[in-house]
Amino acid sequence: MLYLNNVSKTFNPGTVNEKKALENVSLHLEPGDFITIVGSNGAGKSTLFNAIAGAFFADEGSITLAGEDITFKPEYKRSREMGRLFQDPMRGTAPNMTIEENLALAYLRTAKHQHAFFSRTGKEDRAFFRDQLALLGMGLEDRMKQPVGLLSGGQRQALTLLMATMVPPKVLLLDEHTAALDPATADKVLKITRDVVERNKITTLMVTHNMKNALELGNRTIMMDGGRIVLDVGGEERKGMTVDDLLEKFRAGAGKALDNDRILLSH
Amino acid sequence: MHPILYVSQTALELGFLYALVAMALFLSYRILDIADLTTDGCFVLGAAVSVTCAAAGHPVLGIPAAMLAGSAAGFVTAFLQTRLGVPSILAGIVTNTGLYTINLMAMGWSSNVSLLKQATVFTMFRDTGIGGSWYETVLAAAVTIAAGLLLLYFLGTRLGLSIRATGDNRDMVRASSINPTFTVTIGLCIANALTALSGAMVGQYQKTMDINGGTGIVVIGLACLIIGETVLGRRSVRKGIAAVMVGSVIYRLIYAIVYYTKIVPVEGLKLLTAVIVALAIAAPTIRDWAAFQRRKATAGRKGGR
Repeated sequence: MLYLNNVSKTFNPGTVNEKKALENVSLHLEPGDFITIVGSNGAGKSTLFNAIAGAFFADEGSITLAGEDITFKPEYKRSREMGRLFQDPMRGTAPNMTIEENLALAYLRTAKHQHAFFSRTGKEDRAFFRDQLALLGMGLEDRMKQPVGLLSGGQRQALTLLMATMVPPKVLLLDEHTAALDPATADKVLKITRDVVERNKITTLMVTHNMKNALELGNRTIMMDGGRIVLDVGGEERKGMTVDDLLEKFRAGAGKALDNDRILLSH
Repeated sequence: MHPILYVSQTALELGFLYALVAMALFLSYRILDIADLTTDGCFVLGAAVSVTCAAAGHPVLGIPAAMLAGSAAGFVTAFLQTRLGVPSILAGIVTNTGLYTINLMAMGWSSNVSLLKQATVFTMFRDTGIGGSWYETVLAAAVTIAAGLLLLYFLGTRLGLSIRATGDNRDMVRASSINPTFTVTIGLCIANALTALSGAMVGQYQKTMDINGGTGIVVIGLACLIIGETVLGRRSVRKGIAAVMVGSVIYRLIYAIVYYTKIVPVEGLKLLTAVIVALAIAAPTIRDWAAFQRRKATAGRKGGR
């Protein structure tokens, strides 16, 4: 599904601030894979997502999505086939537009409608949005004419998730998308995430700092450090794993202990 | 005709015609969140093209030609800021400056053009007999309301929604397969086509255009937008489009009252407009400052801690 071949990225090359953010990262996702990613601060998790999403182009290596080489494809074109959620719930929705308009924007951009510049939201679309919103279980289906700016962070993040997955993308990138929410809301959004991903069998990558979530969710876990993937566990090996096993494995792989305050605090 | 009726008729006519500039600013400033200073020059460009066409015997052709010219000006501004990295305000000023020469050229290298006996869209409309002695009002209102309805429809389409999202949350836009370069370009082209349409209609209405006829139009347009939003409120696109028309008519009524009663010298009206616009845009900051001062004063009275 998604292949990364020896992808490297260096920021500020040749200056004192030179930072090797990604070093020869290779990753292969099977269709339907749900991979959780953990790692220390500055390990390159978000950089990896930026490389996949196309926020910048990789210095070296290549990226292939469903057989197509997308290494030099600009971000806005890649996003037709990728959904992405950020930590900040404000980033994924337009606050002064209504819920319905936000959904329409996400819906109308999909492949089927791509070139219909002047297409508008019809009755059927509206009914479809209603059904989809009802699945979130947040009562948003009765507030479709309200501007998104009036929603809470959790509601906005759930809406963003819906917008990203309403037409299932080839890859879904979740960048600590529950980290800015309070624990109860975070659990709810995580549950919605699991439902949506399982229902549509979306190939997913999720960065999290919660080690428990990292092991519970998905079918594979990778750990990053210093711009490299230091650990990649899946299948039987992962099933019986505890958080302590994972930390121990990390120490063995990275040659040092994990230094992410939030991970340690939430552990 | 009774003077009051005459004054309000003129105010309605000018109000509707200039409302198109406010509508353009609603699109560029409110929706796209870009201060587009191409407006002044673009207004004259529209007028120059339309009056020149009318002088050559093609008043109707003059209108779409003016809009086309206006969107070309908008394209240049958009190109400068999206492709060449010129800051958006500067991009508008640069285009505006260049347009001075273009406008002179469009007016046959003369600083003003006038229509004498040639037909205009207004005289042609008068000949149909619709509207009687209010024919100019009817035509001005019809054109502006039609433009408003088209804009309203357009902003509900996929492309229109993309343009609105571009101004609302650019992060989101980049992550949702919309090319912001494209949406900004289309938005500015349409905004400047509207500005040029206003110039085109005003030019044929007044039967004359001067090379400096657009000075301060952008500030007046903003004033109309703000007056309208104060009356009708903000939030929805429908309200915004109605607001520019209401605001523009109110502004022209105030202008007419000042003109006839001379409460304020007419020469002073631009200064007054500028002050009103500055205060209206500064209002939230002033409100916050005042609230903070009150808060400090209360804390002071309690003797602090």
